[in-house]
Amino acid sequence: MNFEFLGDNFMSLTVTGLTQGAIYALVALGYTLVYGVLRLINFAHSEVFMIGTFVTTIVWAGLGFGVGASAPGTFGVLGLIALAVVAAGAASGGTALIVERVAYRPLRKRNAPSLIFLISAIGASVALFELVGAITDRQPRGMPSLVQPKVQFTIFGADVTNLQIGIILSALAMLAGLDIFINRTRLGRGVRAVAQNPDVAALMGVNKDRVIMLIFVLGGMMAGAASVLYDVKVGITTYSVGFLIGIKAFTAAVLGGIGNLRGALLGGLLLGVVENYGAGVFGNEWMDVVAFVMLVVVLLFRPTGLLGESLGRARA
Amino acid sequence: MMAVLDSARKADEGRVRAVTGLRDRWANLPYGWRISVLFAFIIFLYALPGLEIPLISTPDTDFTSVLFLCAVYVLVAVGLNVVIGLAGLLDLGYIGFYAVGAYTVAILGSPNSPVVIQFPWVVCVPIAIAVTMVSGVILGWPTLRLRGDYLAIVTLGFGEIIRVFALNSDITNGNRGITGVPVPSEGTWPEWMDWFPGITAGRPIFSVSNVIGFYWLALTLVFICMLGVRRLERSRVGRSWLAIREDEDAAEVMGVPTFKYKLWAFAIGAALGGLSGALFFSKQTFINAQGFDLFTSILWVAAVVIGGAGNQLGVALGAILLAYLPERFREFADYRLLIFGVALIVMTIFRPQGLLPSRRRKVELEDRAKEGAVGE
Repeated sequence: MNFEFLGDNFMSLTVTGLTQGAIYALVALGYTLVYGVLRLINFAHSEVFMIGTFVTTIVWAGLGFGVGASAPGTFGVLGLIALAVVAAGAASGGTALIVERVAYRPLRKRNAPSLIFLISAIGASVALFELVGAITDRQPRGMPSLVQPKVQFTIFGADVTNLQIGIILSALAMLAGLDIFINRTRLGRGVRAVAQNPDVAALMGVNKDRVIMLIFVLGGMMAGAASVLYDVKVGITTYSVGFLIGIKAFTAAVLGGIGNLRGALLGGLLLGVVENYGAGVFGNEWMDVVAFVMLVVVLLFRPTGLLGESLGRARA
Repeated sequence: MMAVLDSARKADEGRVRAVTGLRDRWANLPYGWRISVLFAFIIFLYALPGLEIPLISTPDTDFTSVLFLCAVYVLVAVGLNVVIGLAGLLDLGYIGFYAVGAYTVAILGSPNSPVVIQFPWVVCVPIAIAVTMVSGVILGWPTLRLRGDYLAIVTLGFGEIIRVFALNSDITNGNRGITGVPVPSEGTWPEWMDWFPGITAGRPIFSVSNVIGFYWLALTLVFICMLGVRRLERSRVGRSWLAIREDEDAAEVMGVPTFKYKLWAFAIGAALGGLSGALFFSKQTFINAQGFDLFTSILWVAAVVIGGAGNQLGVALGAILLAYLPERFREFADYRLLIFGVALIVMTIFRPQGLLPSRRRKVELEDRAKEGAVGE
């Protein structure tokens, strides 16, 4: 127990937590979108994220920025990141789509119970990460540190680096974009309709299969973007990277209320912040324990998460 | 492509008919016949380490050790089947109970644990079972009010918490682990057992180098537990579990105290998990947090569902496949999990009810497929 440490570093722990939480939130969106529409846990989503982290390094290495390469100027770095977001988004979205076609669609046609979906998802997850593990010889893959953390300003004694600002802002921007897409556009209205009542939506002329493909691609793209941010932040990736992030992101989604986009944001940020406080008080090794205990406590008092399950009902 | 899939499906349906026919014929046999065939099969299982059967024995590892692992996994599957197959509760962190049972025996029985009590094994194991049961109730009490998917993530969290605790706590010796986990008995093989291949009179019954004793103990426990669960399944408790699995709300309305029976399922499942953990690590004689990753836990769930959740023989088959195939096909070490993952997807698409389904479950799934067809 080290409450003094928490008191002294409260703000800097908050900033680190928000940065971590922003990545959780982006990955959590994939779980939330799929759960909101199909009521199933897309267990393979963690591997969708993992594919993104590898595609990012491949793209960078292909452009001559392998391990140890020095970073180009500011605009060069921004360009590289933007390119990686496009590539990783496409790869992750594509992977998510393949998972949907291969592992879920045949089951959906037979109205299988959710346990069966889960097993199929576990199969897809194992197959994907073993495939990447076999291709990469189970070696971690490094990448250049494109962004040198530089302190931009200090807030209540906490140093905030350009990297942290960048990650938090880009995550928020993407979340806002997705929120507008779901709530304001025609396609988004289709998603909400299917989430609310698939059969009636189909009667009203919404193409259910297309909506389901759309949410898998959207969730995958968000995971791809998150994987680029993760790469920039951590600088190394391996085939098993998805598992823990996946569990954390799913926790975040449940925490905020699975099926609820804004819940994913709230849950992600809260999870990141609280687990950093927990790490400050109890030590780094207890971080995950704090995260899960918080989940149990929240679910005890709010069994559907902080903001409730409501992809269908959000501004219907 | 489609033709291949269709023919595969047809072959599989033929196999199912054969199995079902076999089952009916079995049920029609006179009682005496059934008992004697069963008896012969049990004798065969006990004799398995001594029979040098080609093809099924494992070239790269000690065959008896593999058999022991199979028996432990079957015990795990029987316990997990109570939770998943009978009560329909998705427990992804079952390995937490396995760890609690194993650590209880290690801490209470080992001379090298931080708490030197050194109870003998026969005292440790009942305590371990009691402790895991209590931990099952502690986990179940707050979480069993949650619905399926939430329960999955909370149990996953529980498994992870136990692992992190084992890794960092003082009482578990952290990552250094605990050596000298007690063996069931210090006795030695008597003269009259000398005839069995692999047994030398005067050698200890339970040793790491010769696991026949462990295998026989595990096999005996498996039979006892399977029989016990079978009795439970056909009792009032078992019927309540099935009702909860089919439709929780309907069960509650019909007067089944669902929370109470869900808690019972959790506690009994946990106790079996604790027993298997205690058993496995008595053989290992060394325990640390390495053996308790969540991935294994998830594989167990997969084994139960693939084998045929709800049917004891089915889940036993799933567990044996999960334990045996990786040991048999060591040369494919790098790809075996990849193949396993693909096999899981293929299985769920073709046979969602599992290899040896419980009859009731199979009918349910067919019903659902019809309902789905109406909705589409």
